[in-house]
Amino acid sequence: MNEELRGTIKTGLIAGVVTLSLGMIGILVAFNKRFIVTDAVTLADLLLFGMAVIAGYLGASSLKEHSMGRRLLHGGLAGMLAAVPTFLLILLTLVWEGIRDSFINVEPALVSLLTLDNENVVVGGILLIVVFGVLGLVGVGYAQLPVRFRRPISMSLAWTIGSGVMSDILIGILRPRMSNDTLRSLFGSTGLQPVPFVVLFVLLTAVFFWWQQGGQTRYQTLRQNFTPRQQKSSRRVSISLLVIFLLILPSLLGVYLSEIFNEIGRFVLMGLGLNIAIGLAGLLDLGYVTNFAVGAYIMALLTSSSQFGPENPWSFWLAVPICVVAAMFTGFILALPVLKMRGDYLAIATLGFGEIIRVLARSDALKPVIGGAQGILQIPAAQIGGFMAQVMGYILNPINNLLSRFELGILATNSNGDIVFGNPPQLYYLFILASLLMLFISRRLNNSRTGRRWMAIREDEDVAAAMGINTTNAKVLAFTLSAASGGLAGAIFAAKLGSIFPSSFELLISINVLALIIVGGLGSIPGVIVGAFALVGIPQLLSEFAEFRLLLYGIALIGMMLVRPEGLWPSEVHRREIHSHGEDETAVPVSVKP
Amino acid sequence: MSDNILEAHQVVKRFGGLLATDHLDYELPRGMIASIIGPNGAGKTTFFNCLTGFYQIDEGTLDFNGSSLIGLESYEITQLGISRTFQNIRLFNNMTVLENIMVGQEPHLKSSWIGALLGLPSVRREEEATEARARELLDFVGLRGLGDQLAKNLPYGDQRRLEIARALGAKPKLLLLDEPTAGMNPRETAQTTTFIKRLRDELGITILMIEHDMKVVMGISEKVTVLDYGRKIAEGLPQEIQSNPVVIEAYLGKGATAALMAQEKQA
Repeated sequence: MNEELRGTIKTGLIAGVVTLSLGMIGILVAFNKRFIVTDAVTLADLLLFGMAVIAGYLGASSLKEHSMGRRLLHGGLAGMLAAVPTFLLILLTLVWEGIRDSFINVEPALVSLLTLDNENVVVGGILLIVVFGVLGLVGVGYAQLPVRFRRPISMSLAWTIGSGVMSDILIGILRPRMSNDTLRSLFGSTGLQPVPFVVLFVLLTAVFFWWQQGGQTRYQTLRQNFTPRQQKSSRRVSISLLVIFLLILPSLLGVYLSEIFNEIGRFVLMGLGLNIAIGLAGLLDLGYVTNFAVGAYIMALLTSSSQFGPENPWSFWLAVPICVVAAMFTGFILALPVLKMRGDYLAIATLGFGEIIRVLARSDALKPVIGGAQGILQIPAAQIGGFMAQVMGYILNPINNLLSRFELGILATNSNGDIVFGNPPQLYYLFILASLLMLFISRRLNNSRTGRRWMAIREDEDVAAAMGINTTNAKVLAFTLSAASGGLAGAIFAAKLGSIFPSSFELLISINVLALIIVGGLGSIPGVIVGAFALVGIPQLLSEFAEFRLLLYGIALIGMMLVRPEGLWPSEVHRREIHSHGEDETAVPVSVKP
Repeated sequence: MSDNILEAHQVVKRFGGLLATDHLDYELPRGMIASIIGPNGAGKTTFFNCLTGFYQIDEGTLDFNGSSLIGLESYEITQLGISRTFQNIRLFNNMTVLENIMVGQEPHLKSSWIGALLGLPSVRREEEATEARARELLDFVGLRGLGDQLAKNLPYGDQRRLEIARALGAKPKLLLLDEPTAGMNPRETAQTTTFIKRLRDELGITILMIEHDMKVVMGISEKVTVLDYGRKIAEGLPQEIQSNPVVIEAYLGKGATAALMAQEKQA
């Protein structure tokens, strides 16, 4: 057997095993309920048949120098092989009646999906192999396309499928602005209707193709020819558009999506903080939840009207700075014992702190003070009242009146003339304000002498000391400042929920935050936002994912490490690095790039 | 006060039972280029590490510019005016060349993180001055135009220069160079030798280096000290050291002098 054939067989079988695993852990059946194209294609179909196309694509592109015939042969073979493991599973269900006792996910729904709804499962299974073979050929065809066609098609396919998957959200956004009939002609119960799907795909392909064939260069030359004055004003325009967009976003999104944005905001806040410790100073802190918990509990203790709060509960705005300072103080105290530790040891020690805080919060000893497992209730929502609210009302109300004509709005006063950050669209403004503030602080620190000191310590602690850096001070400062953002997130979190329980401060929070900054790109500030959208936003949007959330985290992390270790949005330095590697090979000076 | 910039007296450094530095006396006059040589494991780098606070000495005294170095952290020693380079180049690899040199200037920077958060004009001025000085140093060591490269992407010889530029950022009075020409070809070695001389002549920095290349050592040193098993076995002008039988034996083994003599006679 020759080398290439063996490679193709391997590719096909790997794709097959992945397909089989997707089925056996229940992903296929769970995803089969969400349509991408109404009543035609589900997310499960996409995964299942996509695997065949990928197998064919990989099978064909591994042999570069061969005739079309051989490529089709290899691609088709890889595609067919990708269906073999699932076919074996189907045969197994025939001889083993009690298979569901051991493999609970091998249910009739899965079998009917894998046999293309055929009565006779063997015929259906063979049919699937044939279909997979044909799709393998499609994969080959795709591999044959020149890049200038392939790239726009891939991008528009991704966007179209994305809109199909996220159709709930699109419906939610469009409903107030469109008649029911128009909406029904575009979307089904879930997914896009077939005709809009195709139209959208063709349109997007055309746009991406145009952009690639000249639009982009034309746009760039246009921008390059701007005078400095024009550049400045174009920047100003884009920033104001962005600000306006951010301000009206919650009314555009509705309650449910605003809530998801708030969750993302909470993790962006924590991510920005942890990024200071890990991304900049290289201090692997696995107990970040500690700072979050301290912020939340201090907020609860200061503002709650229950027995745990003070006699005269504080206002949210007075309590917030105390929460931040308390979290920073905790960060400072916890930094002291671990200063001499590095790398893995530091990680383990901080992991311990995270667990200690959870145990303390739950303990009976502290129950009289912080409520033990029953937590602290009756934490009021943040609100602006009195004179301040009146002033803001004068500004906000006319804007809201104007915007309401377009079914839009911004922060609003309630019937008493107060501003209460109670429901998700109102809370959104709190999160966005806090996030922008922390973004600003992170950026300033990042580009300062302090940031440079941290990076030097991350790179080589001994040498940093030999350069005259007091590494002890710098590390304590990193822990302290990194804690601030967590405390802020905790404070807002407590005021948002109105009650807090120890179960909200699990180790998993630390892990989530760590995962999102790794996926986004270590040390990269935009990466934190991208990572939070990817790891917090997407699982919240797709309820089917919830069950598989941790599994998908694992896959995402491993996949990122293998394919894109620098993250989705790498930091400046990392990007420069990739750039310069490219240059090493081609020896083209930087300025030549279009 | 004598005009020695560095005075070490009876310095002892132990690793378990091993005497890495054995009652070493060393004096370095201000403005001199001096070398320390010796076979592998003679305790040369250990001595450097004691001087820069990487190790704390077990016995003896270490005085720099009239003040004791004992008990000081390595960042404090750097702030006093001793900078160093490393035998196996240790740059901040994932930072740019310019950033590396800017970190080197740490002892002279004053701005705090609060100032940076507030964006104070004084902080901005200091950052600009730091960057300008980094560019000057970049020109001085001959790396002009490479400021935005990542340190790890520089060729080997340039990395050595960058290490020196970074050390110069601290405006040291004494510069410790640990094998500055290791791994260089003869042309680069010659360039580096001239460059080290320039450092002393133009900037007035006292230089102490560990070096294996005898051409470099004999070419620019005004004083050579030979260590073996942590002890000083010889000290003097280059010419004196070259013909010292004790030194030859330390390098080549017992009886080597006699053999060399015999060889010379035959020739």
